[in-house]
Amino acid sequence: MRDTVLITGISGNLGRTLARSLHRTEKVAGLDRRPFAGKPKDLELHQLDIRKKKVEDVFRRGEIKALLHMAIMHDPRLSQSEHHSFNVLGTKAVLEYAAKYGVEKVVVLSSTNVYGPRPDNDNFLTEDAPLLGSQNFPDIRDLIEVDMYAQQYIWKHPEVETVILRPVHIVGPHVRNAPSNYLRLKRPWVLAGFDPMVQLIHEEDVARAMQLSLRPGARGVYNVVGPGEVPLSTILRELGRQPIPVPHLLARPLLDRLWTYRITGFPPPELDHLQFLCTVDGSKAEKDLGYRPSSTLRETIRSVLGETPARANLSVVT
Amino acid sequence: MALRAPVESQSTAMVRFDPERPKGLLGRLRGAMEKWTLQQGGKDLEARLARLVAPQNEYGVDPFGLDLEFTKAALAPALWLYKNWFRVETRGIEHIPAGRALLIANHSGQLPFDALMIGISMLVEAEPPRICRAMVERWAPTLPFVAPFFARIGQVVGTPENARRLLAAGETLMVFPEGTRGLNKTFEKKYQLQDFGLGFMRLALEMQAPIVPVAVVGAEEQAPALWDFKAAAKILGFPSLPVTPTVLPVPLPVKYRLHFGAPMKFEERKAIFF
Repeated sequence: MRDTVLITGISGNLGRTLARSLHRTEKVAGLDRRPFAGKPKDLELHQLDIRKKKVEDVFRRGEIKALLHMAIMHDPRLSQSEHHSFNVLGTKAVLEYAAKYGVEKVVVLSSTNVYGPRPDNDNFLTEDAPLLGSQNFPDIRDLIEVDMYAQQYIWKHPEVETVILRPVHIVGPHVRNAPSNYLRLKRPWVLAGFDPMVQLIHEEDVARAMQLSLRPGARGVYNVVGPGEVPLSTILRELGRQPIPVPHLLARPLLDRLWTYRITGFPPPELDHLQFLCTVDGSKAEKDLGYRPSSTLRETIRSVLGETPARANLSVVT
Repeated sequence: MALRAPVESQSTAMVRFDPERPKGLLGRLRGAMEKWTLQQGGKDLEARLARLVAPQNEYGVDPFGLDLEFTKAALAPALWLYKNWFRVETRGIEHIPAGRALLIANHSGQLPFDALMIGISMLVEAEPPRICRAMVERWAPTLPFVAPFFARIGQVVGTPENARRLLAAGETLMVFPEGTRGLNKTFEKKYQLQDFGLGFMRLALEMQAPIVPVAVVGAEEQAPALWDFKAAAKILGFPSLPVTPTVLPVPLPVKYRLHFGAPMKFEERKAIFF
C-alpha cells in the first residue's frame, strides 16, 4: 500500500523538525547516512548514503507515495566534487527512482540563494527570475544545478506532482546554517554603509510549507517567505548584537585571508548577503499552496536565540 | 503577474509600531533633525506628515525599506534647500492625481537635487501628500551609505518589476527617462533633452498609469559642467565625472520652477506615438 512519506536528509536539524511534526499525521520513513537522534519509534530510518544502489530497494517496495527531498548539503569547506556528487547525483538518483516506482509527489527543498544577492535585483524576485547565485559564488553551482534539474523533472515527468520550494534564510532554535550562525555571533561583521532588507523564515514555517506541498494538486516552483522583511541592522538590534562595521573594500580581502587560514567559517562570497538584496515575492505560494507564515517577525528573528513561540502548532488543518 | 497587496501585514500578531529611536549621538542628532523639520514646516507640515500612510511592519519599515520616522528627520536639510536655497515655485501641482501616477521629468544639475525638490513638493504641496518614489540608478545600491539612505527614504532601484509593483500598490513614481545622460550633461547642452528610453511609456500602458509631465526649470544652471572627465570616471566606476567651476558639483542658489502638466492617459493600440 502506498502510504509512506520518504524524507531524505531526515537527520539534519530541519529534517528532524519536519519529521517530528509530520509523523503525527503520516507514515514517515527517512533516508540519511547519519543516525537520527531521538527518532520517533514509528519512524523507519534507512541509514544509507543517498548515492548507494541500495537506495533503489527503498523505492522498489512500492510503499512510498511522496518524496520530500532535502538531502542537499552545503558545507563550504568540502570539495566541489564531493558537493557535486552528493547533491546533484544524489538528487538525480532519488528523483529517477521516484518516477520509476510510481511515487505521486516529489517536493524538493531548494533556497532563494539560487537567485543570489545582487545590486540590480528586483526588491521582490518572482519564481521566474534567473538563477544567478553562482555568478559571484561559484561554489554553490551544485545547488543551482539541483534546482534546475528539479525544474527539468517537472516537465519530463508530468505524472509526478513536483514542487520546488525556495525558502528565504531559514532560522530557528535547531537549524545551524550560515545565516542563523551569523545571527548567533555576539559581534558580527557588517559592511559599513550597507544595510540591505533581509527576509527570514522560521524553521517550523518551512516545515509547514513542505507539508502543504504534499496536498494533491500542488505543483510548481514556489518562493517561501517568512512574515516580512526588515533591514539587517534592525535584526541585529532586536537580537542585542554589537555589529562591527568593516569597509566593504577591506572586508573581502580580509575575510579571504581568515577563510584561507581557517580562522573563520564564514565563506567570503557570503558577504554579498550583507551588502545587496536577495528578497523574494512569496505571494504565489500563498495563493496556490495556502501557505502563510505562522510566526511573527519578532518571533522569527528571536528564534535564533532558542526561543520558540509557545503556541507553535505544526499540524496542518485541511 | 503576482503582486503583493500594499497595505497588508503578514504578521499574525500585528504590534503597533513604537518608534524606538537609536540611542546615543545618532539618536540625539535624529531628534534634533526631526525638530528642525517641524520647525520649518510648522503645524501644516505636521498635519501633512500625519496623513502619510506606509504599510509598516512592527519595526516601522515598509516592504521596500521606507522608514517614515527616519524620513522625517532626513527631511530637514531638504526642506531648507527647498525654501531658502532653491526657493522652489510650483505651478500646476493640483494636476497630480491621487493614487498611481508616473511623474516624468527632465534631469539635470550633476547631482539629483531636481529629484529631491520634486519629492519635497509632493510632500508639502501636493494633495494628498505622499512619499514619491524615484526610480534610482542601478549603481546606487553599490554605494556605501547612499544605498541604505535611499532605501530608508523610500527610493527604489528602477527595475521594471519594482516599478510595476509600486504602481499596482497605488504609489507615485518619479522617472527621469534621460537618466545620467541628462543629469551629467555639460553646460552647452542646457535645456536640451538628451536621448531617453521608452520604458516609462511601456510601464504607463501596461499599468494604466497616468503620466504627469514635469518641467524642471533652474536645475539646468545649478552646476554648470564645463567638461566631462571621462577617463577618471571610468577608473572610479562613475557614470561620468563633470568638472564645474566650483570643482565639486555644489549647487548654486538658482531659483527652481517646477511645472506640472495635466495628466496624460494612454491606452494600448490607440496611442499613435510609436
